[in-house]
Amino acid sequence: MPEERKDAASILTKVNDYTWDIPMTYKPGMRVPGRIFVSRELLKSLEHDTLEQTANVATLPGIQKYAMAMPDAHSGYGFPIGGVAAFDRNTGIISPGGVGYDINCGVRIIRTNLTADEVRPRMKELIELLFHEIPSGVGSKSKIRASDSELTDAFLHGAKWAVESGYGVPEDIEHCEENGFMKIADPSKVSEKARNRGKPQLGTLGSGNHFLEVQYVDEVYDEEVANVFGLHKGQVTVMVHCGSRGAGHQICDDYLKILDKATHKYGIVLPDRQLACAPAESPEGQNYFKAMAAGANYAWANRQVITHWVRGAFARFFRRDMDDLGMNLIYDVAHNVAKLEEHVIEGEKKMVYVHRKGATRAFPPGHPDVPAVYRKVGQPVLIPGSMGTPSFVLHGTQTAMELTFGSACHGAGRVSSRAAAKREFYGETIQKELAARGISVRATHPSIIAEEAPGVYKPSEEVVDVVHQLGIARKVVKLMPMGVAKG
Amino acid sequence: MQGERNEKKYEYLYHIADAKFRAYGSTMEEAFENAAMAMFNVMVNTSKIEAKELRKIEITSPDIKMLLAEWLSELLYLFEVDGIVFCEFRMERIEKTGEGFSLTGKAWGEPIDLSRHMFDTQVKAVTLHELEVQEKEDGGFWVQVVVDT
Repeated sequence: MPEERKDAASILTKVNDYTWDIPMTYKPGMRVPGRIFVSRELLKSLEHDTLEQTANVATLPGIQKYAMAMPDAHSGYGFPIGGVAAFDRNTGIISPGGVGYDINCGVRIIRTNLTADEVRPRMKELIELLFHEIPSGVGSKSKIRASDSELTDAFLHGAKWAVESGYGVPEDIEHCEENGFMKIADPSKVSEKARNRGKPQLGTLGSGNHFLEVQYVDEVYDEEVANVFGLHKGQVTVMVHCGSRGAGHQICDDYLKILDKATHKYGIVLPDRQLACAPAESPEGQNYFKAMAAGANYAWANRQVITHWVRGAFARFFRRDMDDLGMNLIYDVAHNVAKLEEHVIEGEKKMVYVHRKGATRAFPPGHPDVPAVYRKVGQPVLIPGSMGTPSFVLHGTQTAMELTFGSACHGAGRVSSRAAAKREFYGETIQKELAARGISVRATHPSIIAEEAPGVYKPSEEVVDVVHQLGIARKVVKLMPMGVAKG
Repeated sequence: MQGERNEKKYEYLYHIADAKFRAYGSTMEEAFENAAMAMFNVMVNTSKIEAKELRKIEITSPDIKMLLAEWLSELLYLFEVDGIVFCEFRMERIEKTGEGFSLTGKAWGEPIDLSRHMFDTQVKAVTLHELEVQEKEDGGFWVQVVVDT
């Protein structure tokens, strides 16, 4: 439990059961109010720092409507995790602090034709295989030996590069946010250091909260939309959660320093140095945006390569070919990214840089950026649970466009620190408890499991229910974990 | 974490998702060394690491806080790219220059060996959030860092 907890409720003004505002009087320099989307129950675990960081975002130039925090919000650095903010293209800023180090950390779900009953008896062996097939953890090296030109192509064309290099099928690209790459990316804006870090890690999962999970559809809330997404009860799915690895971390690091200088140059006053920023259309701002997009593309390439290996492992394990297994990509979402998007603000269409840091885009039915196959129902919104807790697939809505710049939460949200988790939980015990519930966990060693124990996160159901009740995304299916591999 | 003369070299503070620590020293150089120890101990127990390989580090920064962030970032970079996990640090000098501050330091460690080194979660980056370099009233220095994990 946090050592320091001031009463968040005493600061906030209630708008409705799921919407709470931080008034502009809370902190000098706030240009708009803060807006936190939580239930009364989730409000209890909201840290004071989360409010503080949301209020800090509200001071940034050109911010539109509100500095927002999604239901899974917790404190981070710069923006809170779960933070969403949009900045006017002409008067606003762009900030690496609003994206984070793990640029385009994201999630994808792959469907299968397998049933939970078929897979369950062999789950332990399967997760062991996946753990060995997909490199994960500190110091792990990829099986790919990417050349300099391949790395450049990955920065430029993301998942498209991966598919064209033999890692996947063309349909995969159509089922990624941005079709798997942001066109604005410019590898010449990426430093040599970022390249050196990224090169050996293309095709690795990483560590921390990143994972690969075998799941099954436990409950269907919306039969019609589930059909469109190709999901039905009892079906096995695979979730991949990872990002841009050292490449993204270094890009963020490099540009924080550049934008730190730009902040002074453009006379921007900041409450937190991590919010270093520049006018969105300034050379510094655009250089960051182009490098960030390259980092985002690297992440899409990374998840695509991993997908290919997952399919290969399944095919060998079940002795069935990939087509027969029906392992199509349902969707791939970014949850740490800035995008130039059109939104309606006070009745007028406006181009804004939407920053989502630990938040998922949730575009509605009919939106041109939603893949044609899903356009009638809205984009799939993928919300991973923590280890051992359910994940959810939702669909985007018009309400999200009105309330949250087309955004929803990205996960469960932590309530307890890694250090506290290691004091409180024993990895082996957690592993046994999960095994008793039919969930096989394979990690490099037990303390990794303790750090990510289910008890350190808010209940994913509670977070997703707030999203559903608000209507910023609507529940489609619930996915229960069967096997988890993590570094 | 206790030092040899029962002086605290560094301590971890509460942060919900990332790692936050303070490091202490009778000189600023020593506080920078201890900050590096604190950062690597987020990932691995450095007492099990041998000081077999040396890397020399020179950095210039516009201000002292950024110098601290860049020192730690450079060590992370070498950890990832050269694959060396560090366990000993020697800050030779921190100097004020015309444009800001500079440092010359050394770090010793050994190549990552996953069969012997047990890593917890990786430190991804050194943030500028709540970054502090302070001189204590009774002499000595303390620094504060939040790293992204």
